[in-house]
Amino acid sequence: MKRMMLSLFIIMLLASPLFAGGAQEAAEEESNVVRVFGAFVDEEARRFEEAIRPFEERTGIDVIYEGSSEFETLISVRVEGGNPPDIAALPQPGLMKNFASKGVLVPMWSSLEDAVDSNYASVWKSLGSFEGTPYGVFHRVNAKSFVWYPKKAWDAAGYEVPTTWAELEALMDQMVADGVKPWAVGIESGGATGWAGTDWIEDIMLRTVGPDVYDQWVSNEIPFNDPAVKDAFEILGDIWLDPAYVYGGANTILTTSFGDAPSPMFSDPPKAMMHRQGNFITGFFPDDIQANLEEEVGVFPLPSINPEFGIPVLGGGDQFVVFNDSPAVRQFMEFLATWESGELWARSGGALFPYKNQDLSAYPNEIERSLAEALVNAKVFRFDASDLMPGQVGAGTFWSGVVDWLTGKNLDSVLSDIQKSWP
Amino acid sequence: MNTNITPAGDSKERGNTFLVSLGRLAVSIFIPLVAFAVLWAGFIFLRDSNAPQTIIALVAIIWGVGGVALLFWVTDYVVNRMPIVVAKKIQPFVFVGPAIAILAWYLFIPTMRSLYLSFFGPQSTNFVGLKNYIYAFTDSRMLEAFRNNLLWIILGTGGAVGFGLLIALLADRAKGEKFFKSLIFMPMAISFVGAGVIWRFIYAYKPLGEAQIGILNAIVTLFGGEPQAWFTIRGLNNVFLIVILVWLQTGYAMVIISAALKGVPSAIIEAGRIDGASELRVIRSIIIPFIAGTLVTVSTTIIILSLKIFDIVFTMTNGNYGTEVIASMQYKQMFRFYDYGRGSAIAIVLVIAVIPVMWYNLRQFSKREGF
Repeated sequence: MKRMMLSLFIIMLLASPLFAGGAQEAAEEESNVVRVFGAFVDEEARRFEEAIRPFEERTGIDVIYEGSSEFETLISVRVEGGNPPDIAALPQPGLMKNFASKGVLVPMWSSLEDAVDSNYASVWKSLGSFEGTPYGVFHRVNAKSFVWYPKKAWDAAGYEVPTTWAELEALMDQMVADGVKPWAVGIESGGATGWAGTDWIEDIMLRTVGPDVYDQWVSNEIPFNDPAVKDAFEILGDIWLDPAYVYGGANTILTTSFGDAPSPMFSDPPKAMMHRQGNFITGFFPDDIQANLEEEVGVFPLPSINPEFGIPVLGGGDQFVVFNDSPAVRQFMEFLATWESGELWARSGGALFPYKNQDLSAYPNEIERSLAEALVNAKVFRFDASDLMPGQVGAGTFWSGVVDWLTGKNLDSVLSDIQKSWP
Repeated sequence: MNTNITPAGDSKERGNTFLVSLGRLAVSIFIPLVAFAVLWAGFIFLRDSNAPQTIIALVAIIWGVGGVALLFWVTDYVVNRMPIVVAKKIQPFVFVGPAIAILAWYLFIPTMRSLYLSFFGPQSTNFVGLKNYIYAFTDSRMLEAFRNNLLWIILGTGGAVGFGLLIALLADRAKGEKFFKSLIFMPMAISFVGAGVIWRFIYAYKPLGEAQIGILNAIVTLFGGEPQAWFTIRGLNNVFLIVILVWLQTGYAMVIISAALKGVPSAIIEAGRIDGASELRVIRSIIIPFIAGTLVTVSTTIIILSLKIFDIVFTMTNGNYGTEVIASMQYKQMFRFYDYGRGSAIAIVLVIAVIPVMWYNLRQFSKREGF
């Protein structure tokens, strides 16, 4: 009997979390609650919540944001399990297309579509559409084609911002002659290691062969081992595979987290002079640098290679899509389509917004203001190719291919392996 | 147990009037119905209620724990109401039934579903035959994963069992046995992910000239060497990862083997020594044959672990630099690339690879009636 009581007790213990799981689901039914699930966490999540507070106060709707660094995994598990959030912020258009093709998304209703039409450039609507039906509303976006430098040391050395690739190369050699490494690079990112490398390739592709070939590359109309792609890798290899040009060489590129990568620029004296990364990287700068961003840091767009294509902007962004329709959800989505939803976040920094009618003076410093301006005014804007390619490639072999190439694998076989993996 | 099955005064009641047994039947039906109604009401409340979360959580705990107790009590009650012959036959199923139901729901059905999905494309809509399995056995990354898993099995199991045996033998002959054994056993308390985080620091790499925060590189540079990015050294990096498994599992192997060592009759060992056998000979010819069954059981357990290995690779290298394993490939296909077909096919391959080892392991277990 004693033993039976014990086993009973154990069974109860084991079973209780199983049943307790039901508690969360029940609360979600509340009608003035909107549950949003996204990939941004910590500080970014806090700033998002801050930005939407005026909406909550005005409408009485409670928007509960939940972020996870394992977002891509969890969102499909939750959708598959029949327990999607009301709204999700999808970082990859491919994810949106995947869900849209399964019919689990609520398409834009007319008033939302009108708001998107009047507040955004048309490129954003088409990025949020699947087979002609718009689903996604872009909110915070990022632009990646920027080179950051430590302003004080840069000015002290008398360097000038390059506007062509030849000038950039001359500048790199000048830096080497001055005894400082030109570039600080890091592509480690846990389960996503390699993405920072794919961004470089994409930026170079846009500059060497232009947006049309870029689009063909994204849709695999030209194969991954096309000379155009190989050429981009080789241009990058001229920098990355030369230990004179990159702080720490290939091993440091591979093992340094993308967020830590810029830090050699801010040691005294700087160990590296330039870092190419999106606007969000300022959030990873050391605190004292962030406090005086305008004095400490300079930025310029990655120079043009083929003058025919000018200086294109590469970027990305989270699009908000609706899984569960309700009046509160609709109200919130329409709010997200307005500049008002981004203004507070823009003021606190670290975010760019695509709204045509935005007030550029909201950005806290000259740097972010100029980035936002570049984004809104760019003649050629292209979404991050790896986010557009099928997951097997864009989140798989393209990332690992960059890693393999850096560890010394033959470029031709890296590229043909990526091509082979295209589904 | 018997007192439970036979209610007091059972023999008297037996042979009572038809009316009494009808009443008993009614009660037997009525009580389960009431229990079911209570549980269902709780479920509905938990699903639809708008009460504050703390109350819901409290109800959930009471409902969950109490529900299990209620289910047990009711089924036990019903079984006890039955004639003893029937009760004896039903009783085992009442106790095993929930376990079987849970296993079926959480294990058998998902496995069958995976098998089914493995013959379909990424979206599970179009039938593709064996295409996913052809991928699983021909893709270069998958072949690399198979090779690495083999390496994990050989080095991981060999290392853990070998060190476990060595330490068990040494500790058996040493003072402070308990202390050393607890020390070796301690890593067992750490999860694989936790171990991954710890070892990331051990293997951490910083370029030459910066302070090395990784102990391994700190030692290397102390003796004038160049810091190494350990994970990027192809081939060897697998060994660096396997070391973590050995570190985690040696304690487990040691404890089990140590227990078996205590069971080796000292008379035979003494006899061997008197006959002039060297210590090595005693170990080889007496102790090892005696504990062979235990060694096999421990080995198969760790082999299964090595076959399923995922957490360490996932936290350390994410399968880059030629360290991919089968489980990490499955995860990527399933959750990164959303290719349910390939992911399921790899899962099935893994299941099939584990089954013979599992079967052998269970056979050893039942032979020895546990440890």
